[in-house]
Amino acid sequence: MGLPLFPSGDDPGPSFAALLRRTDPTAALLNGNDASSGSLTVRHGTTVVALRYGDGVIMAGDRRATEGHLIAHRAMEKVFPADRHSAVAIAGAAGPAVQMVRLFQTQLEHYEKVEGVALSLEGKANQLGQMVREHLPMAMQGLVVVPLFAGYDLARDMGRIFSYDVTGGHYEEADHAATGSGGRDARTTIKLGWRPGLPRDEAIELAVRALYEAADEDAATGGPDIVRGIFPMVATVTLEGYETVPDTEVAERFGTLLARRTVGGPSA
Amino acid sequence: MTMPYYVAPEQVMKDRAEYAQKGIARGRSMVATIYDGGILMVAENPSRSLHKISEIYDRIAFAGVGKYNEFDQLRVAGIRHADTKGFAFSREDVDARSLANLYAQFLGQVFTHEMKPLEVEVLVAELGPGQSRDQLYHIAYEGTITDEDHFAVLGGETETITNRVAAAFVDGWDLDTALRAAVSSLAGPDRTLGAEDLEVAVLARTTGRRAFRRLGVDELAERLAGPRKSGRAAKAAAPPADGDTPAP
Repeated sequence: MGLPLFPSGDDPGPSFAALLRRTDPTAALLNGNDASSGSLTVRHGTTVVALRYGDGVIMAGDRRATEGHLIAHRAMEKVFPADRHSAVAIAGAAGPAVQMVRLFQTQLEHYEKVEGVALSLEGKANQLGQMVREHLPMAMQGLVVVPLFAGYDLARDMGRIFSYDVTGGHYEEADHAATGSGGRDARTTIKLGWRPGLPRDEAIELAVRALYEAADEDAATGGPDIVRGIFPMVATVTLEGYETVPDTEVAERFGTLLARRTVGGPSA
Repeated sequence: MTMPYYVAPEQVMKDRAEYAQKGIARGRSMVATIYDGGILMVAENPSRSLHKISEIYDRIAFAGVGKYNEFDQLRVAGIRHADTKGFAFSREDVDARSLANLYAQFLGQVFTHEMKPLEVEVLVAELGPGQSRDQLYHIAYEGTITDEDHFAVLGGETETITNRVAAAFVDGWDLDTALRAAVSSLAGPDRTLGAEDLEVAVLARTTGRRAFRRLGVDELAERLAGPRKSGRAAKAAAPPADGDTPAP
């Protein structure tokens, strides 16, 4: 590997994806090739949610990955930091989705280092949209990836959420969003419980409840696994940056939720 | 039939070296040194936006002196190299030594084969797991690479500045002492450099993934002012403003 220098007319600029296309076209592999996935069973990640609250945004995802009707992984992570002030969550074919997240993370940091300033939140959302669009040929073959993007907009002092479709179209959501196979049930739960300026505790509880309801209705979404101690992944993005909510705190929220729901329990 | 003039290769190299040295000496110098909590880089640079020091990767920084457009091209190439390598392999596989070698090869190649040598000197610094493992690679315009032990001086009149830094140097000094020594070495006895004339950054051994941090004008002025202020200690302990996101 030599020093990557380019003639001025062919310079990839601050784009890492463009740089990869020039140096190592096989590394990105985001655009599809001729191989048709057909009836191939690949790992799929399922439900992720995002909602705004008082200090910023919360993102959460269940931990289950499925291959057809089988459970492929019980502790998969679907919520990732995109950079210091934003987070990305994925649903869909796990392999390309994780690769897309890696490329997206590198892209944001690459831009920041080359240009000396970070992209605006809108710019980041747009970048992710372009990556989803480039993935469209593979989506047509069945390897659909649909991310959620959320972050704290430092210019506007507020949390913002963007949802995507397979064509790379991205739409800003006012208050909350959910995607993946259990997304519908999760969305309904959040819709019923959401109000402006939720405090952190209640917002985490609402996100966790949404995932619980999704797991209750959707076979591909994993609920809390008390036996193995696996709980959904929850992260917050505020003015201070991205932060993962500790497992113990999520477990505690689940504890209260389950106690309320248990038949014959205290409030049943 | 006309014959081309014969010029001895010694003369060609000497002329080129002289040309490059002159170009570098026109710019302002910089000092980098290892302190107890990481690596400090101080450059004389009145511009707030045209940086001489910048981040390459999680624990690697770059500094250049001489012609801005030339070392900036090297800086961007370094970021590209590091990011592609980290993406293709893993973040741990990105190291300063291989990048420093690439710079050395490129500078050497240009020096011998191109019309004009690059009028730059660059520094690649890497924060190791402990103070003794910190690395400073100093690469000169003709591709000579030096692995500096405690500090590096880049730019014109390096000899005088090196002597001044060497006189003040104490192994394992703290950030404020190192900073004040570096600044007075750059300034010399006849001048004083204020926070507005300096560009300062550190690779700090903190828990975050990205170790690079710039010291802003306010923090710099406070640190340069001396140890008498009580508010300074609290500020020194403050976490870095950036770079705590986990690795992709």
